[in-house]
Amino acid sequence: MNTKVIGLEEAAALVPSGASVSIGGFTSQRHPSALLRALVRKGVRDLTIYYHSAGSDVDLLIGAGCVRRLEGAYLADGVLAPIAPNFRRHVQQGRLEVEDYSNAAMMARFAAGAMGLPFLPTRSMLGTDMVDEVPADRTPGRTEAGTPKKLVAHCPFSGDKVVLVPAIRTDFCLLHVQQASAQGLVRIEGQEFLDVQQALSADSVIVTCEELVDDDHLRLEPERNRIPPFAVQAVVPARFGAHPHSVHNHYDYDPDHLAAYDTAARSDETFARYLETFVFGPADHCAYLGAIGGLRRLD
Amino acid sequence: MSKAAWSTFELMAVAAAREIANGEVVFAGTGLPMLAALLAQRTHAPESNIIFEAGSVDPRMQQLPMSVGDSRTLLKAAQAAGLFEVFNYVLQGGRVDVGFLGGAQIDRYGNLNSTAIGTDPRRPEVRLPGSGGSADLAALSKRTVIVARHERRRLPERVDYCTSPGWLSGGRSRQEAGIRGGGPAALVTTMAVIRYRADSHEPYLSSYHPGFSPAQVQSQTGFKLDLADAIETPAPAPEELAVLRNTVDPERIFLR
Repeated sequence: MNTKVIGLEEAAALVPSGASVSIGGFTSQRHPSALLRALVRKGVRDLTIYYHSAGSDVDLLIGAGCVRRLEGAYLADGVLAPIAPNFRRHVQQGRLEVEDYSNAAMMARFAAGAMGLPFLPTRSMLGTDMVDEVPADRTPGRTEAGTPKKLVAHCPFSGDKVVLVPAIRTDFCLLHVQQASAQGLVRIEGQEFLDVQQALSADSVIVTCEELVDDDHLRLEPERNRIPPFAVQAVVPARFGAHPHSVHNHYDYDPDHLAAYDTAARSDETFARYLETFVFGPADHCAYLGAIGGLRRLD
Repeated sequence: MSKAAWSTFELMAVAAAREIANGEVVFAGTGLPMLAALLAQRTHAPESNIIFEAGSVDPRMQQLPMSVGDSRTLLKAAQAAGLFEVFNYVLQGGRVDVGFLGGAQIDRYGNLNSTAIGTDPRRPEVRLPGSGGSADLAALSKRTVIVARHERRRLPERVDYCTSPGWLSGGRSRQEAGIRGGGPAALVTTMAVIRYRADSHEPYLSSYHPGFSPAQVQSQTGFKLDLADAIETPAPAPEELAVLRNTVDPERIFLR
C-alpha cells in the first residue's frame, strides 16, 4: 500500500509563504509544535491563520514573523500564561491584522467549510462589537476589500435574529494526534477539540503523530477513528511532537517551558534568543528534545 | 479591617458557589469559577454538572485543571467530546443553566470586554486574548455570573469593546438585539456582590464584603450603584471553607 509518511522538514516544505493555515489543538494542548518549529526554520512568511482557542502555537509563529493575518476567537495559554505576548505586542504595534469571532462562531465557520456550505448561522455574537452592526469606526469586522465577515440576518422561517458567518476553507490544516497509520487514518484520544472540522475544511491535511500504527489495527475499532485516510495528505511520526503542550494519554504540558516561553516572548530581543535556543539552534526535532532537557526530563 | 479567618478569594469562591443550584448544568472556566463549581458540587449542589468548552462533559475531577482542555478535566467524565458538541448541542441547544465569565472591563450593564482596551480595536492600547467562548456563554446560558477584581478602571460606565453581551444598554435592549439567553445574574468582586434590577437591569449593590462599606464600594466603581438594599456578604460557613481547602484545592494552586 502507498505510504504517506514523510519527515518533519519535508512536511514543512509543503507549506508555502502566503498560505492559509489552521492548527489543531486547544490553548496548551495537542498542537503540532514540532512541525511549527520546522515551519519557522524554513522561513515561511505571510500566513493567514484561522483558529478558535489557540495558545503559544500561533504565538510562536507570530513572534517568528511568519503571520500576516489572524481570524479567530482566543489566543493565550489559559491560566498557565493568560497573555500571548507576541500576539499582544504585534497587534498593539499594528504589525498584524486580526479579526475577532467567538469560539461558537469559529466552530460554525469550520463546520460550514467541512460540510461544503457557504455559511452557517449562530445565535451568538448578537449585540457585540464583533458584529458589523456597530458603527464602522469601531469594528474590525471587514476584510481589506470591505466585505462584511459577519452579517445579522433574520431566519426566513421563524424570523429569529441570527448572525451569519462565512465558511472557512484553508490551504492547510496541521494536526498533532495520538495515532495515525501510514495511509492517513487518524485516531484522536480524549477531547478532539475542533480537529475534525478543521481537517475537513482544509485542502491539504498534514498530521504529526505520537505513534505510527498499523492501518489494520486501527480498522479493528473504526468507531474510535476520527479522520478518514482520503482526507489526509501526509503523516509525520513525531514522538513528543506537541511539546511544550500536552497530549492526552501521553504527556502533560511542560509548565516550566511555557513559563520560560511567556517571559521570553515579551520583547523582540528576548524572543529572538528563545528562537535561537529552541528553534533555529537545534537542527531537528531530536536535537530540540535534547535542548529542552532530553527524554529523561519528559518521561 | 478586622483580621478574617478566610481570604477574599475564598469568600468570592463561596459567594460564587452559592449562585449554583442543585441539578444545574454549569459552564466553567479555570481559576475561581472552577473552584466555585467544584465547591458547589461537593456541598449544596451534588447533582450539578460541569461542562468545559474544550469538550469534557460532567467529569469527577480530583485535580484542578490549569486549562479547560486539560486531561484533568476528563477524569470519570460522562463524555469526551469536542467544541462542536459542546457549543452546538449543549450551549446553543439551551442546556446550560449558569455560565461563569470574567473580563478586563465590566460595565454598568454587565457587558464584558476581553478583546481590546482603547478607542481603536485595530490599534489597541492593550490587546487581550479575545472572546474564546465568553461571548457564547454570555449570549446562550440561561444566566451568567461574572467574577472580577474590584477596581474603578475595570468597572467603567461603558466597555471600550463589547466582547460579551450583558444587559447591553439596559431595559429591553438585550431582548431587542435578539439574544436568547438570560443575561448576568450577579457580579462577584473582591469587594462586593452586584446584581441587576428586574426590568431596568440597573445595577445595585446586593452585598458588600466584611471590612468594606457601601460608600467604599461605590468609590471604586465607575458607574452609579443603587445602595438601598445592600447588606454585608454572609461569611463562608466552616463546612464550605473546609471543603474548599481540603478537597477542592488541597495543593493551594489557586487558594493562597
